[in-house]
Amino acid sequence: MSLSARITVKQNGFFLEVDLLVSAGETVAVLGPNGAGKTTLLRALAGLIPIQGHVELDGQVLDDSAAGRHVPTERRGVGLVFQDHVLFPHMTVQQNVAFGLRHNASATSRQWLDRAGLGEKANALPRDLSGGQAQRVAILRTLATEPRLLLLDEPLSALDVTIRAEVRRELSRQLSGFHGVRILVTHDPLEAMALADRLVVLEQGRITQSGTAAEVTARPRSRFVADLAGVNLLRGRARGDHIELAGGAIVAAPDAGDGDVFAVIHPRAVALYLARPQGTPRNVWRARAEDLDLQGERVRVRLSGALPLVAEVTPSAVRELKLDSGAEVWAAVKATEISVYRA
Amino acid sequence: MSQARIPGPLVALAAAGLLLFVLPLAGLIVRAPWNQVWPALTAPETATALGLSVFCSLTATAVALALGIPLALLLSRTSGTIRGILRALTTLPMVLPPVVGGVALLLAFGRRGLIGAPLYAAFGLQIPFTTTAAVIAETFVAMPFLVIAVEGGLRGLDHRYEEAARALGAGSWKVFLRVTLPLLRPAVFSGAVLCWARALGEFGATITFAGNLPGRTQTVPLAVYVALETRPEGAIVLSLILLGVSLAILIGLRDRWLGEP
Repeated sequence: MSLSARITVKQNGFFLEVDLLVSAGETVAVLGPNGAGKTTLLRALAGLIPIQGHVELDGQVLDDSAAGRHVPTERRGVGLVFQDHVLFPHMTVQQNVAFGLRHNASATSRQWLDRAGLGEKANALPRDLSGGQAQRVAILRTLATEPRLLLLDEPLSALDVTIRAEVRRELSRQLSGFHGVRILVTHDPLEAMALADRLVVLEQGRITQSGTAAEVTARPRSRFVADLAGVNLLRGRARGDHIELAGGAIVAAPDAGDGDVFAVIHPRAVALYLARPQGTPRNVWRARAEDLDLQGERVRVRLSGALPLVAEVTPSAVRELKLDSGAEVWAAVKATEISVYRA
Repeated sequence: MSQARIPGPLVALAAAGLLLFVLPLAGLIVRAPWNQVWPALTAPETATALGLSVFCSLTATAVALALGIPLALLLSRTSGTIRGILRALTTLPMVLPPVVGGVALLLAFGRRGLIGAPLYAAFGLQIPFTTTAAVIAETFVAMPFLVIAVEGGLRGLDHRYEEAARALGAGSWKVFLRVTLPLLRPAVFSGAVLCWARALGEFGATITFAGNLPGRTQTVPLAVYVALETRPEGAIVLSLILLGVSLAILIGLRDRWLGEP
């Protein structure tokens, strides 16, 4: 069982072009900024919007625009979970779960609710449930139909932070017992890493990166992923032992190779000094601290200057360097701390 | 925060406008021959007209529900010019003088009408001046109220409910019957009540297309008109009944329909 999709959607000036291959039992998280086309991708896979291209699930063609073939949503065997539950307000919880069941609907829906510990809510109306309960019922309602392809559209983002973790744990457990193809759309990296085996980064309608969370964050190829990984991302032209950046700055990096490259500098690798440091580091710039952000035990300092970077220092360093906004410092990065890869 | 004061002359004009509504009602209530209400109400003519009115208006509402909900569904799915044309056609009876509607119905369903002639030739079927004609006239005039209300409800509907139902494997009938229609219930209900009230009060199209035949097409408004000549107290009593029904509908619907912006 697997999904293979080659989808092009053009609507109202928006363009989506995606190639996606997902194996059964695999959870793929589609991660991307708002407006990247994540929801459009899910709606296309669900058959709710017309597409150009080809979608195949378990060897069954669901969409083939060249052959004029389109299987309507209700016959695709897909399950769709929305951001907010979208439970039918005029039906009880049990009737909602039974809605998609063909055989033994009443008994089967009751079993699903009991197993999830929601049996006592069977006769309640959706409006009498808490947000977390409603979303759990919505997930059960979809899983009960045993879809071959499960599409989750930001299933936790409408929930309170306090119950999000609880619903995420339950969802994670539910997903592990589900054998179909799972695609999760989210803009929350934590959700993606907790629930997914593989990340697909979607930006401006195109997939920019794909791989495990570690692979994706180790080699960011866009600002979005770099921010997600919390690292500085530079792009420029490599010339042997250094890189010329678009802004004109030169960064020394051994074995940088030749051509268009990305370079990643972890904020912890950026050292700050009051006086120009002597000795080994070859990358030294004058910088100005623009603002500070406390993250746990560390302080992130956004620097402006020849090379805008984010540095991470200890709170005591902030005191010693008098790092208020506007403070002038020297920033240094060891050449060996820079990782360079082809763009 | 206080609102700007309304200028004095405007208050006077508003009072005059209100009086225009209140005075006729007051006249009706003050001059009503209260001691004759019961005899007038139980007079055979009254009972016949009342029964016919109830039958015709309820049948017209049922027909409007059967035809109007699908029409509203169709309207809500169209856009652009087609939608403009369809909307104009459906709402036309709301602004058309009912007498004109009656004439138009005669020309369509009359013995020599567009559809009436072939119907008569093929089956010997005559529609005008029958109870059927009264029902058709009332449906013609009243159905737009239902269509507009249901279409408004459809436009306000969150279509993800229908998408969720489809993703759960529901075909178009199941989506319509088990999700769309129940969610539309408030709109259908208020639309049906307004439609029924309009059908109950229908006069112009009915008297033109269906005539004024006691027991067959003479509904309460027609009976009021006739009675005014011969037995005015009967006309007043029937008018009181229609007034009472109208008031009851307005009060019952004020939150559902009139309270909406």
